Amino acid sequence: MQGSPPEEVHVELECVRLAFGEREIFKDLSCQFARARITVLMGGSGTGKSTVLRMIGGLQRPDSGQVRIAGDDVASCPEAEVQRVRQRLGMLFQEGALLDSMSVLENVGLPLREHRGLGESEIRDAVHERLAAVGLEGVDDLLPGELSGGMLRRVALARAIILDPEIVLCDEPFSGLDPPNVERIEALFSELCRMRGLTLIVTSHHMASSLRMSDQIVLLRQGRALTGTPGSLATSGDPEIADFLGSDGAALARQVSADVAT
Amino acid sequence: MSGTPLQRLGRNASEWIEALGQVMAFAGAIASAIVRPPLRGRRLLREIYDAGVLSIALICGAGFAVGMVLGLQGYTTLVRFGAQESLGAVVGLVLIRELGPVVTGLLVIGRAGSATTAEIGAMVSTQQLDGLRMMSIDPLHFVVMPKALALLFVMPLLSSLFTVFGVFGGYVIGVQLVGLDGGSYMASLENAVDFRDDVLQSLVKATVFGALLGVISTYRGYRSPPHAAGVSRSTTSAVVTASVWLLLTDYLITAFWGV
Repeated sequence: MQGSPPEEVHVELECVRLAFGEREIFKDLSCQFARARITVLMGGSGTGKSTVLRMIGGLQRPDSGQVRIAGDDVASCPEAEVQRVRQRLGMLFQEGALLDSMSVLENVGLPLREHRGLGESEIRDAVHERLAAVGLEGVDDLLPGELSGGMLRRVALARAIILDPEIVLCDEPFSGLDPPNVERIEALFSELCRMRGLTLIVTSHHMASSLRMSDQIVLLRQGRALTGTPGSLATSGDPEIADFLGSDGAALARQVSADVAT
Repeated sequence: MSGTPLQRLGRNASEWIEALGQVMAFAGAIASAIVRPPLRGRRLLREIYDAGVLSIALICGAGFAVGMVLGLQGYTTLVRFGAQESLGAVVGLVLIRELGPVVTGLLVIGRAGSATTAEIGAMVSTQQLDGLRMMSIDPLHFVVMPKALALLFVMPLLSSLFTVFGVFGGYVIGVQLVGLDGGSYMASLENAVDFRDDVLQSLVKATVFGALLGVISTYRGYRSPPHAAGVSRSTTSAVVTASVWLLLTDYLITAFWGV
């Protein structure tokens, strides 16, 4: 599948090889993610979507190959350097990964408290601003266990963007959410990308929202990456893509492509 | 597992040595985190409260009960030799030198050590530690170090509390129930106890046990497989491993201190 080349490459994986014991996840994975665009990583279960995010975040080092973030290779640099690069990244984990023993205010404000040395009132203001950006208010003192699934993801997203990162990695942000919450998160992603110029890399099984919000799609199949746009997915003659999309997915991709064109 | 029994033994031994090396490296990482700013004072205080303050009732109750048992058993034995006036010394020495630090250590493993392993293991399985890493916060510094340090701090204090309540339990039995003279009970205790050989040994044991519990319980949680069954296995393993190491270390300290 050939898509239009990305305007400016922000994140790039080159010749990545990764195996867990006998099981080879990536043989020779190469793909690029454009700056200030939403890229959705799709693929069946076990194809390594979350692992790609973990490699970009420096949580998983590949056996070989490069993972470059604006030119910095996080696959080979020392941990201290990875920590510096991570301050340009935010990550939204599948279950939120909020600290259960801390309130929403403390969770979202934690990166500021650790890295910016701000006063309590400044932290509180910044947290309120980010919570408002994700459509939440009056939740400061709640613990993560007291939040609904949709609220939890939005709080986690507020924490992911609190340090104004360049890139936000989102692991299955729609799983287990009802349609209104899916639409809300989808709208938030679009807003973050268009208004704040963030690069979003999202893994998802959710075909409809993935096709609707993405500028670029990276499809993982058997350790390789196939890159394109929702439109080029629909018209691709590649049997692997057709197999993954199915007839409903292909129709949806054509519909989304037509909507974008009009 | 394939190979001859000797090969299997060798493989098991090398795996055991490797695991021991990993625990030692982990302990070294905690020690280096302690001296690296920030201090994490608020988190440390919270952990001291959880592991220490919330254990006080258990430790006092257990110490008192053990002291009463020692009082009864000690009196029954001593009276055969006409040495019942030494009950205070027997109860005090047994508690200070052995039962205080050892029983406190075993109780703290069961209450606070297991909770520490389970909490860190749950944080692994819900990706909370990865979440910290992605915020450029070292989970070893933020989560592990305060928990391990708290156990190190609270063990000597809880052990002392256990001993004091144990001596009081022995006093209640010896003086109130059996009718020994209270002054004789306390005087025999005071005359028998030596600060360096008894009290200092007790405090050293409790501190070493605290360090052991802190390292083992946090290590097992930190290396826990990221699922419920894995966390459960890690918690059980932490309790068993820490208990065995505590008893072995108790023997070693007692032997090297000079009985």
